[in-house]
Amino acid sequence: MRATERAAAPPAAPCSHCGLPAPGAVAERGDRRFCCAGCRTAWAILHEHGLEGYYALGEHGGRAVAPSGRSFEEFDHDTFRQLYVRPLPGGLAEVELYLEGVHCAACVWLVERVPLAIPGVQRAELQVTRSLVHVVWDPGTVALSAIARFVDRLGYRPHPFRGVQQERMRQREDRALLTQIGIAGAIATNVMLLAIAQYAGWFSGMEAEFEQFFRWWSLGLTVPALAWPGRVFFRGAWASLRTRTLHMDLPVALALAAGALRGAWNTALGTGPIYFDGVTFLIFLLLSGRYLQQRAQRGAADAAELLGALAPGTARVVEEGDAIREVPVEALLPGVTVEVRPGDTLPADGTIATGASQLDCSLLTGESRPVSVRPGDRVFAGTLNRTAPLRVHVERAGEASRLGRLLRQVEEGARRRAPVVQLADRMAGWFTALVLVLAAVTAWRWWATDPTLAIDHAMALLVVTCPCALSLATPLSVHAAIGQAARAGILIRNGRALELLARPGLLLLDKTGTVTEGRTALVAWEAPRGLRPLVLALERHATHPVARAFAEAWPDVAAPEAAQVEATAGGGITGVVEGRRVHVGSPAYVVARAGTSACWEAAAERLASEGLSPVLVAVDGAVVAAAGFGDAPRPEAAAAIARLAALGHRPALLSGDHPSIVLRVARAVGVPAADARGGASPEEKLRTVTRAAREQTVVMVGDGVNDAAAIAAASVGVGMHGGAEACLASADVFLARPGLEPLVQLVEGSRRTMTLIRALLAVSLAYNLVGTWLAMTGRIDPLIAAVLMPGTSLINIVAAWRTRTFPGRPA
Amino acid sequence: MSVLYLVLPLALVLVTAAVLGYVWASRQGQFDDLTTPAMRMVHDDQVTAARPAPPPAPDA
Repeated sequence: MRATERAAAPPAAPCSHCGLPAPGAVAERGDRRFCCAGCRTAWAILHEHGLEGYYALGEHGGRAVAPSGRSFEEFDHDTFRQLYVRPLPGGLAEVELYLEGVHCAACVWLVERVPLAIPGVQRAELQVTRSLVHVVWDPGTVALSAIARFVDRLGYRPHPFRGVQQERMRQREDRALLTQIGIAGAIATNVMLLAIAQYAGWFSGMEAEFEQFFRWWSLGLTVPALAWPGRVFFRGAWASLRTRTLHMDLPVALALAAGALRGAWNTALGTGPIYFDGVTFLIFLLLSGRYLQQRAQRGAADAAELLGALAPGTARVVEEGDAIREVPVEALLPGVTVEVRPGDTLPADGTIATGASQLDCSLLTGESRPVSVRPGDRVFAGTLNRTAPLRVHVERAGEASRLGRLLRQVEEGARRRAPVVQLADRMAGWFTALVLVLAAVTAWRWWATDPTLAIDHAMALLVVTCPCALSLATPLSVHAAIGQAARAGILIRNGRALELLARPGLLLLDKTGTVTEGRTALVAWEAPRGLRPLVLALERHATHPVARAFAEAWPDVAAPEAAQVEATAGGGITGVVEGRRVHVGSPAYVVARAGTSACWEAAAERLASEGLSPVLVAVDGAVVAAAGFGDAPRPEAAAAIARLAALGHRPALLSGDHPSIVLRVARAVGVPAADARGGASPEEKLRTVTRAAREQTVVMVGDGVNDAAAIAAASVGVGMHGGAEACLASADVFLARPGLEPLVQLVEGSRRTMTLIRALLAVSLAYNLVGTWLAMTGRIDPLIAAVLMPGTSLINIVAAWRTRTFPGRPA
Repeated sequence: MSVLYLVLPLALVLVTAAVLGYVWASRQGQFDDLTTPAMRMVHDDQVTAARPAPPPAPDA
């Protein structure tokens, strides 16, 4: 009897630190189970320092921790100090470090408690949006490397932040703009109060003396508003005149100047309306819109900086006499030999001198199957050594390595990304020209009747068509949407991504870690009943991914004890369970020990042709079962891809994995075989994206360094939860929740945001059209126009903040 | 009504004081990061509440 079963999602006991299933209980401490040694260390640190409160903060416990185990010696080096550390009075020093993996509120809490745990650290302040921690410490008491090691053990790998100068400049700009907004706001509200008093005076009567006093007082307040915060519009208008390009600043400056001059003239005469309330409010609203827009666009500039911060780490150089010295990767030269321990990442490209091991190349190629390497094989920086120590003869290091070149392409892509002209910007030029022409027509038409009326009506037109609603609509809606998205676990770094995602386009999905879970799972199991406990008993003793996958697939099966267990690296495992000799391993391993079996070997071949890694099981010298391991698609992937397709996007797979594996996954999630591309190197991914981006909007979704260049080059790059840092840094959008569901929400939210923006622009335009008609026909004077003007802005503000573009975080 | 001549300048003094306070705060960098402080505030409350509670049970 043979039964084919599909493995279900494994419910297993959660890791005490990160909450992920910890079936094999890789590490235990007392009655606690941990999925890995990193989580155990982090848990121990937290308890040692009384920081258990951390677990009460995160929605799902801590994060899986993978400390690099580096010594961070280079942080104490003189060069490092000169480059990044600034001395403070009192013998203290400060430094900005970029931390990997900071995405949530619990991180803030934990990182900012570092001073409690390490004596000598005065302050640690984390900026969660930019993953930057500002550390003030006493170099006499504690070394920076000790602080770095501590933070690293908590799972946040620190890097020096290189953009400090730029950061300072930006901070000054931001603060100056905020100051101007504050002043403009204070003046505007006060002038408005005076104006209300005057309007009231019209109806209830007011002595001419006081009216005149109010007018002069308003004038006195308006002058500084024009001279300081308002200056920027006159400068913009002047630049627009000089370069002969129409800019929104031009009609704004005209309206401001006309309003202020006419108001001042009327004040001096003692009759006629003054427009100071409108003028000052205009300045305030326009500056606020500008600030919001600036903030929304800042994130895009961050990307390139963060990439720079992702410095490679250190390497263990083997010196004469087998002494090992740790050096920064930058100091690696071709010709030296480095030691790479299991769990370490290769620091440079080279050939293996001694040792045989399995390498995880998924970072570079996306291939999820580990690759066996022997002395003489070429290996690349960025790949992970999994099983045994290696000595590698360095051939190319740093910038020259394949990874270095890839990262440079990422940077270039991020820089080169074509700027998207926003809807409002495209309209601005036409709008400006139209308003100016209409104002001239109005003045000319009324000139014959009465020159004073002509000026009044032209001004009413300029004021009532004030583009502040038009220029506010986009930044306000985008800003509100970004805020809502962040609460839903979708971090949008570049507001323009919203506009691009709303258009249908090509949606390229990486396979490993994006469409699939990104880890080995039991996908096919063909065996008689009653075999599971025997297999599980053996696999208890192994740490191989296959063993882990078996344990995850059958969490409820009780396994008996196994004796005489013997594992062969890269082959399989054997032992005696309940008096029966059991072999589990690769077809070659099992066949060599248990004899051939044509039927089962064919089964194994069939599994391999489906893109699965076959494993055979033999009991008492006869093959009795076959299992297939692979990277299973996420449970919600098929539904999510169907919804994206329904929204007009064309989903396609672009993976570095073996084409047969990609085809299997494509079939499972409903992507046409023609759109499933496998075997693509990072360079090919970049080419594919660049070529496609010439014709249409290309959205690239991925999680690995191998996707980073493609993500940077795409119209919109989306980084997945748990992805490599280089990939996240180059992405416009980062999904802080696992799975494809947030991606669907992102696309839907973008469409809703663009609908909102279009609706607001339409309302503003309609409002302006009516206002234009009223002004041209002489039905409103400039004062009424000034009262009507903020109406659209108010509608915009209320609508932008009240409209739900992104769903709240699901409970 | 002539009290206006006193009240209006007084209002101006008050506004100036408020503006100066705001300018000082923004120059100090109080408005540089608007996300993290909000998280920090929530945390301190939760921490005092959570501290006596035991960490989550391993098989919860």
